[in-house]
Amino acid sequence: MFDSLFTIAIAAVFINNFVLSRFLGLCPFMGVSRNISSAIGMGMAVIFVMTIASLVTWPLYHLVLHTYDITYLRTIVFILVIASLVQFVEMALEKTAPALYQALGIFLPLITTNCAILGVAMLNIDDELSLIESLTQGFAAGVGFTLALVLMAGIRERLELARVPKIFEGVPIALICAGLMSIAFLGFAGFAVE
Amino acid sequence: MSAWKVFARGLWDEVPLFRLVLGLCPALAVTTSLVNGMGMGLATTFVLLGSNLVVSIFRKVIPGKIRIPAFIVIIASFVTVVDLLMHGYTPDLHKALGIFIPLIVVNCIILGRSEAFASKNGVGYSLLDAAGMGLGFTMALMILGGVREILGSGSLAGLPVTPESFRPVLLFILPPGGFIAYGLLLAAFNKLERNRSAD
Repeated sequence: MFDSLFTIAIAAVFINNFVLSRFLGLCPFMGVSRNISSAIGMGMAVIFVMTIASLVTWPLYHLVLHTYDITYLRTIVFILVIASLVQFVEMALEKTAPALYQALGIFLPLITTNCAILGVAMLNIDDELSLIESLTQGFAAGVGFTLALVLMAGIRERLELARVPKIFEGVPIALICAGLMSIAFLGFAGFAVE
Repeated sequence: MSAWKVFARGLWDEVPLFRLVLGLCPALAVTTSLVNGMGMGLATTFVLLGSNLVVSIFRKVIPGKIRIPAFIVIIASFVTVVDLLMHGYTPDLHKALGIFIPLIVVNCIILGRSEAFASKNGVGYSLLDAAGMGLGFTMALMILGGVREILGSGSLAGLPVTPESFRPVLLFILPPGGFIAYGLLLAAFNKLERNRSAD
């Protein structure tokens, strides 16, 4: 039991890192990686929402959509649930944990259009995971996203000071760096955890 | 604004991948070959046409405050249609694109066009806008897919195109190659643009 959870977690953080090898959540990866503090804020918000989204979408799919044989409505249902979930989390945090809201607040609205959230909800279903495994994958995918985002922010803070050829300034050089990081993460594929 | 201008804007001035860095996830994930890139582009174009059409028809009925959820439902419906159609008629492509077909829902280009264009313009213009943006996106995906396929497997649309002495660089069809190829293409596009504005 714990073995399989550990395997799922390691796979989601390193081997199939959501950003660097599955290409999910690239827009915030490029958009919010300009400095480390906002990268950490975004990362925390994503971990939070991904875990809750996994917790909510799994029962919804297995108990409602699957039972009534309407699984083709998955895309519509999931995106609506995630969008309202984000709104709800935002409101709940504002009332109950103002300090946390201060830290994560501005990142939450951006998360609705983060394909990594919808992606993890769908992958949980496609991989036929149990509820506990889905939760683990949701949390670990968020951690993997945060790891990639923070590393990238560290690199980009340095790039600000570097002399980059004019045509590569901004996004192109960031993409090349992401490519190099992705090569490094490819090394983790050697750990075939079975 | 002339009809031609509305259409052509997506093809050059605001071509989604190179001008506005939007819609990155599908762009990098599925462009391991020309055909995959084209399939993804056409699926996105179909959804864009459908969502722009419906949004522009109902633009005066949808209340402003809940317009975003309304747009998302419209987009998600068309994505489901395209998902089922591809599952039925092009099973191989459906398998290759995998999870990225349902994820067309969260492609910012589509919601962006609903919000910025279709909710303010008539049906005809909205369709032209969708066609232009969709084809621009398809073109960009095909360029990226083509470059990666030639470098990574030495073929184009499945046919060998490189001389025998060329050893394909497998890296380019692996994830890192997606980032690097796109970065280089973006830089090349910037170069083109600078030359053009220097003239």
